Amino acid sequence: MMWKRFLCPLCQRIRIITHNVGYLAPFASRRHASSKSSDGQIDMSQFPVENIRNFSIIAHVDHGKSTLADRLLELTGTISQEASNKQVLDKLQVERERGITVKAQTASMFHQYQGKTYLLNLIDTPGHVDFNYEVSRSLAACQGVLLLVDANQGVQAQTVANFYLAFESELAIIPVINKIDLKQADVESTEEQMRRLFDFKEEDFFKISAKLGLNCREILDAVIQRIPPPKSDPNQPWKALLFDSTYNHYRGAVTSVAVVDGRVRQGDRISSAHTQKTYEVQEVGIMSPDHQATQELHAGQVGYLIAGMKSIQEARIGDTLHLSNSPVEPLPGFKPAKPMVFGGIFPMDQSEYRDLKVAVDRLTLNDSSVTVAKDSSPALGLGFRLGFLGLLHMEVFNQRLEQEYNATAIVTTPSVPCKARLSSDKLIKQYKTEEITIFSPAEFPERRDVTEYLEPMVLGTIITPDVHLNRIFSLCEAKRGEQVDFTYIDTSRVLLKYKLPLNEIVVDFYDQLKSITSGYASFDYEDHSYEPAELVKLDVLLNGQAISELSTIVHKDKAYPVGKALASKLKNVIPRQLYEVIIQAALGGRVIARETVKAYKKNVLAKCYGGDISRKMKLLKRQAEGKKRMKKIGNVDVPKDAFISVLKR
Amino acid sequence: MFTFEENMLLLSLRLCSIRKISVSRQFSSFISEKSQTSSRPSQCLADDAVVYVHWPYCKRRCTYCNFNKYISAFVDHARMRRCLVQETATLLQQSGVQRVNSVFFGGGTPSLALPQTLAAVLDVISQHALLPVDAEVTLEANPSSTETNKLREFKAAGINRLSLGIQTFSPPDLQVLGRDHSVEDSLRAIQEGRTLFPGRVSIDLIFGRPGQTVEAWQRELQQALSVCDDHISLYQLTLERGTALYRQVQNKQQTVPDPDTMADLYACARETLHSAGFQQYEVSNFARNGAESSHNQSYWRGKQYIGVGPGAHSRFASRGSGQIIREVRIQTLEPGQWMGAVERRGHGTAKRTALSQLDMLEETLMLGLRTTEGLTNERWQQLSGGSSLQDIFGTSEAVQEFVKAGLLELSHSVLRATHAGLAVLDSIIPDLLLTTQDFSSSLQRTEARADIETG
Repeated sequence: MMWKRFLCPLCQRIRIITHNVGYLAPFASRRHASSKSSDGQIDMSQFPVENIRNFSIIAHVDHGKSTLADRLLELTGTISQEASNKQVLDKLQVERERGITVKAQTASMFHQYQGKTYLLNLIDTPGHVDFNYEVSRSLAACQGVLLLVDANQGVQAQTVANFYLAFESELAIIPVINKIDLKQADVESTEEQMRRLFDFKEEDFFKISAKLGLNCREILDAVIQRIPPPKSDPNQPWKALLFDSTYNHYRGAVTSVAVVDGRVRQGDRISSAHTQKTYEVQEVGIMSPDHQATQELHAGQVGYLIAGMKSIQEARIGDTLHLSNSPVEPLPGFKPAKPMVFGGIFPMDQSEYRDLKVAVDRLTLNDSSVTVAKDSSPALGLGFRLGFLGLLHMEVFNQRLEQEYNATAIVTTPSVPCKARLSSDKLIKQYKTEEITIFSPAEFPERRDVTEYLEPMVLGTIITPDVHLNRIFSLCEAKRGEQVDFTYIDTSRVLLKYKLPLNEIVVDFYDQLKSITSGYASFDYEDHSYEPAELVKLDVLLNGQAISELSTIVHKDKAYPVGKALASKLKNVIPRQLYEVIIQAALGGRVIARETVKAYKKNVLAKCYGGDISRKMKLLKRQAEGKKRMKKIGNVDVPKDAFISVLKR
Repeated sequence: MFTFEENMLLLSLRLCSIRKISVSRQFSSFISEKSQTSSRPSQCLADDAVVYVHWPYCKRRCTYCNFNKYISAFVDHARMRRCLVQETATLLQQSGVQRVNSVFFGGGTPSLALPQTLAAVLDVISQHALLPVDAEVTLEANPSSTETNKLREFKAAGINRLSLGIQTFSPPDLQVLGRDHSVEDSLRAIQEGRTLFPGRVSIDLIFGRPGQTVEAWQRELQQALSVCDDHISLYQLTLERGTALYRQVQNKQQTVPDPDTMADLYACARETLHSAGFQQYEVSNFARNGAESSHNQSYWRGKQYIGVGPGAHSRFASRGSGQIIREVRIQTLEPGQWMGAVERRGHGTAKRTALSQLDMLEETLMLGLRTTEGLTNERWQQLSGGSSLQDIFGTSEAVQEFVKAGLLELSHSVLRATHAGLAVLDSIIPDLLLTTQDFSSSLQRTEARADIETG
């Protein structure tokens, strides 16, 4: 995959180490400007609700969100002004490499405005829709957002998605146009697009260069002027929203909390509204931008809380925390994230299974949106079937697995869960329901037992220069898409909305879109619905024997090309051998594609004596070694690589 | 050097206490710790061997050849002779071999050597071991006219079998292969050879040449049969990295037959030669009237061989020093350096590696299966410590599959590739190697357990 090209093994090591040090150090404080109590800790009681602003920056990838965050941290003295401040809040290696934010981070800043010190909590959110749940979680702790758009690129698909998230949460939205210093910056048409799409007034706009720090200080003032303070009551009993958590090996769950009402302090007995479990607060503090203990957190403040929760499951995101002796009305919380893209993940070698398991466990500790199920494949051995929120989520997960846990794994082609409405009484009885969700081809019921199959659809947003429209139309048509919207957002750029089967976009839609538009189109999608579809199960057989791990569920119209492609891919990766290999793709009993790997008629080196023996022996031994890594299906030796090349994305 | 009785004594000592063999200082550094203990008493203690002598020089470079050969305007024949003689003496002494069953002069182009050089080597062999008068002494010869003129002298020097590098009867193909003789030269060489060595002339032919068709090959074989003696070796052209032909094929100047055509060419040859009364006795060797080369058969039967000359390989147990484990030896490749080494140390051995029991089992298996007689149980048990072929291969699923497919035969006395199996042997052997490796590791586990119990 893409990122491998940018990997430097040495840097990787160093980065991971520094990253870990940040975690292991007992949350040592960094330089700070604000007034501190005698023990060096900040007195949080000096920030009443009206002097607090909780906000977030939302933007399309690469529009400068993290750079703006760096500037705001510098301007408020939260971090010193150094050339090395780059993406301070993006702590994961994958975030820095890809220029994206995966994990929400908070940073508390202190800003003087009209003679008063304000506490500004910046909650950095991921930009991509795959991380929507992170965004919505973070937004739940905010009262306003900075909507950041790159003046060179204009509004992009994620800008739209993120705008609506904020809009629906009824947050104050401050439009900011970034990168105005660049030659190609087209501030006017970016403004026009934003006005047209988001209904902004002229006077609302900030035009900045986060890189140069141009007009950034004004944004801090605007945050105070235009974003309301949280609706919190310091006199009510303590009540806080748990909106994120990470796992620390030594301290258990480190939770991010937004205090709604009241006050919490170290030593308090607190409870989870969800589990009713009781804990003692070991440490509270703010992120500035590193962990900084504060003794207390007051109404409207955002910070971290450590209370000896042993697992991330106990620190349930969306949970309401309260003082044990004064129960409160729980906050609405969040719907659990629903995985939409599934992929198998297997160790390269079965001996690495345990290591992979440890890595997956550790990683899912910090990403509860990933569902994990054990999986086993006759070809690839023991592994896992993981559910992700989307493709980027899956890629990022795999990259983190590789980078942070040094685990190399085979990742199979992603698939999506489809559904079936059952007609067979027997099956209905068996499943105790009329509509079942199918996660793997093995569970696919036969046509005669169902009234209809359903597949997940998404609503995709594409924003593109209009010159590429024809090619995009063809692509979307090929992917069984249905156009639902077509809007010019300025003189030459179009916003398209398509209803697309998720299955069609999980593999290479985005890559294809990028390639036909030379990278100018942006794409985002949200879940839409399940809709009836003519789905079939495509089996792959070697010499008549079905290989379950190669079965796949496809749309009827795609069965033929997919079957043909699978068969010919296999033909190219299965080596000639002693016995003929017949590769078939079949729907039920009907063969729709067939390829043959002919048997060897001759395979023996003619000359062999003297010095040749050593050479020949070496060769044959290498082949014998290779055989060990092959999977025997009937009398066919299938190299693991063959499976991998077919199964891998 | 040990007498036969001493050898037997040594053997019995070894049987009593496998781990107490003293390895002389001089050689112990070469031998890995593991093989000192895991090798078993076996036929590697045999006191006979065959000798291979490498003549590294050629007149010109053939386009397909990647052998260890040197095109040199000036060859110091006297020095080469001294060194070949010296090394032969040294290696024979180190091996403790009592009897040399056959000698093979290969190359390079050994027919470019002076007859007295070959005579001197044969002399020194006779001085150190018994070289029976009827022992097979083969010379590889180029059919060029000058060399043909020397055949009588070679015979006088002690050569009694001729292997002629005919390669092809097609004039354009001789060009493609870069040979330095004409078809007429070949015919004359065969005729002259048959006069001097009746019934003991072999011809080498190469198939799978660029553009070769089955029809043309059939005609060529018929032509070969009309002039040949009782032995034919057929070699499939293999494109070796670094050769001119390899580059030509890479650059698409030449195209070699596809694998299926190769198979057809091979099948055609087997059939044609069979019809003419030739028996195939190894993947690439055919003979009639009992003209099988005993030298080659020794290789395939896993006998000891002593390789003399630049880059020559050996398989023998050196016993001069009390060392009785079979080793792989490789002599220094480059003739100048090799001669220097021989002059300094008496031999040009560049590398010695001890063969473990598993190594020997694997080699014996690989070589034995190449022959039509197959791998005999008797030979196998000498190396396996008593386990029979049936014990080891009878239960293997892969072997059963091969037998079912008519590729392999397994009986109490022999494991053998069938006619069909021989053509696809390289697809069969890897599975057999795996089975052998499994056997070997289970044996080691048993030994280790026994050690713990007795220790």
